[in-house]
Amino acid sequence: MKIVINNATVVTSSGVFRKNILIKDCVISKISDSPISERGASFVINDKDLLVFPGFLDMHTHLREPGFEYKEDIETGLRSAHYGGFIGVAVMANTNPVNDCSTVTHFMICRAKETGIPVDLYPIGAITKGLNGETLVEMGELRSAGVVAFSDDGKSVTNSEILRRAFEYAETFNMPVICHSEESYLSKDGQINEGEISLLLGLKGIPREAEILGIYRDLTIAKLTGGAIHIAHVSTKEGVELIRKFKKEGLSVTCETCPQYFTLTEKEVLGYNTFAKINPPLRTEEDRLAVIEGLRDGTIDVIASDHAPHHLDEKNCEFQNASFGMIGLETMVPLCLELVRMGILDFKDLAEKLSRRPHRILNLNSPKIKEGEPANLTIIDPHFEWEVNEKTIHSKSINTPFLNKKLQGKAKYVIKGGEAFELF
Amino acid sequence: MQKDNFKWNRKDLLGTYDLSKEEIIFLLDTAKSMEEVLNRDVKKVPTLRGKSCVTLFYEPSTRTRTSFELAGKTRSADTINISVSASSAVKGETILDSVKNIEAMSVDCVIIRHNNSGVPHFIARNTKLAVINAGDGSHEHPSQALLDLLTIRDYKGTIEGLNIAIVGDILHSRVARSNIFALKKLNNNVNLVGPKTFVPKDFEKFGANVFHNLEEGLSGVDVVMVLRLQKERMGKCFYPTEREYAKFFSVNRQSIKYAKEDAIIMHPGPVNRGLEISSDVLDGEKSVVLAQVTRGVAVRMAVLYTLLSGGRFEDSN
Ligand SMILES: [Zn+2]
Repeated sequence: MKIVINNATVVTSSGVFRKNILIKDCVISKISDSPISERGASFVINDKDLLVFPGFLDMHTHLREPGFEYKEDIETGLRSAHYGGFIGVAVMANTNPVNDCSTVTHFMICRAKETGIPVDLYPIGAITKGLNGETLVEMGELRSAGVVAFSDDGKSVTNSEILRRAFEYAETFNMPVICHSEESYLSKDGQINEGEISLLLGLKGIPREAEILGIYRDLTIAKLTGGAIHIAHVSTKEGVELIRKFKKEGLSVTCETCPQYFTLTEKEVLGYNTFAKINPPLRTEEDRLAVIEGLRDGTIDVIASDHAPHHLDEKNCEFQNASFGMIGLETMVPLCLELVRMGILDFKDLAEKLSRRPHRILNLNSPKIKEGEPANLTIIDPHFEWEVNEKTIHSKSINTPFLNKKLQGKAKYVIKGGEAFELF
Repeated sequence: MQKDNFKWNRKDLLGTYDLSKEEIIFLLDTAKSMEEVLNRDVKKVPTLRGKSCVTLFYEPSTRTRTSFELAGKTRSADTINISVSASSAVKGETILDSVKNIEAMSVDCVIIRHNNSGVPHFIARNTKLAVINAGDGSHEHPSQALLDLLTIRDYKGTIEGLNIAIVGDILHSRVARSNIFALKKLNNNVNLVGPKTFVPKDFEKFGANVFHNLEEGLSGVDVVMVLRLQKERMGKCFYPTEREYAKFFSVNRQSIKYAKEDAIIMHPGPVNRGLEISSDVLDGEKSVVLAQVTRGVAVRMAVLYTLLSGGRFEDSN
């Protein structure tokens, strides 16, 4: 099978170039300055407006299967990832049963393969059994089963002693731990960010300090153990500052934020908009700008989706009873491109934050656009305008504050396993 | 008093936050005219015959419900009560389903109370019925604020430019919020008084002043509104004991001296006597607590009439 990409803007680690690419038998066989003969090619892409990126990996996804298939299942979730432009997703363990033993891990990997959707599923194992915050999972066995990291995402490991042992034990197997950093006594029963808007709406607030303390605790314990940790969904100014400080001191820490935290603020919940009810909650404009600065100066390594599908019934209800979370796989590309349009990031930064860094953090081979490398590519039309709605979204759920809004930019092709997929 | 060019065009009454100054004055004036005509000649009060209201209460309340019921019945509207224990809510029916069912019974208006903030707003978005918020969680209780404003206006001769203190658990109080929003729209000075656990500083962002002792907070005020202390807050460390709360924040014969000589004392009820307010003050000559209750019916008549007839009530005399 021969695939030809002519006249494309190619985003590599050394820069952005106009190149022509020949793919043969799953491998990038030639990258040249002059157009490649399209004769005999089974698939030709020739559009000077397109951007060719190393394939994107979302390292923070909730696919809900097993247990919550009415929200999303592995098939619809992977399809959503595929149409969002991803070649891989790392999926969180808060399923039912929890991914805390190899049986569940195997099930997830097999289900993903059965779907035939060209997105690799990388399971993240729980840190503690049943996310109970008390007993460690069998990390060694889970790693053998295919788990790429450990996380009790959705909650924080409250007991610092247990967290310490988890970091140390995971380090034994050279496995990263992903921390959902939250001081859960402070955030208990909270609905939205604490401040003027929580007072206005009469909803219990989640103080920013719940995240700040959580991040500080997790970083401090990581410093004690020397383990590699990754902080999930950073949403506060001080959270970014703490990570910057610990990184400067040489701690092996990485972190991610999500498009919602650099795009939206707590104002989005006005009118009791349950689609904007997420955890960590949308914060203030000051936090949003600090997250953007963290992305710009490299403190924030990764942009992840925290794709959290929920059934409409779980959102179309009283605010207090609505579930936390929003979908994000298919809105990732346009929202990240907005950072480029604003001049905050360039295309190279996007390749770092959506492809190279997440692969590296999870100890996976990051796709390279180089002769002789496997061809795993995400090809983007940065100008395409589209509306987020039930027809355009492939996830089983549509819980997103971007619903019915127009966005700019979309993944147009994905190349994976020697095949080219046209997405629209 | 009413401006002739004013036209009411809201389907619902969800809170005072959304109301303009004109809308607030319009409702107060309508309530006043209704009250006057009612006292003169019952037959001349316009009716809401053929209209029907449902009170849907997910939280027990005799006072507010009775007040709405009386307001409706006096205007010949049919009023049906559905309360949480009697309704299907216990069977797991969602609120939305309950409202859709009520809608199907060709009702004109639903008066809702719920312990979660925002529920009336959620309902209002999902129904054609007029929705009246009779109290949602810690959010708003607009008819209570309107009756408070009407009481103040009757006793003080104006509802603008006054100094008003609200004392107690502001954080969890829908009465406080609706009053703050409405009173600030009418250019009043609003002091919020209570321990810091009940009065976070961010309330200043709504234009109110924050005080943590009665001496400063009540100093020179025309009106003292005392809120009911919810005893379950004690278990959550908002205050240590009732004894200590009463010692520092009870409005009593001593602390009332900080207010103006002619200040009036209000309370939305029901009262914890001897806790947030002492009996001598509650039953004393400054107290207008029972006057508030009377005005509650007139205000709710005005709200029902305005939302259901859409028109202005003209006193034919
Ligand atoms: Zn999380």
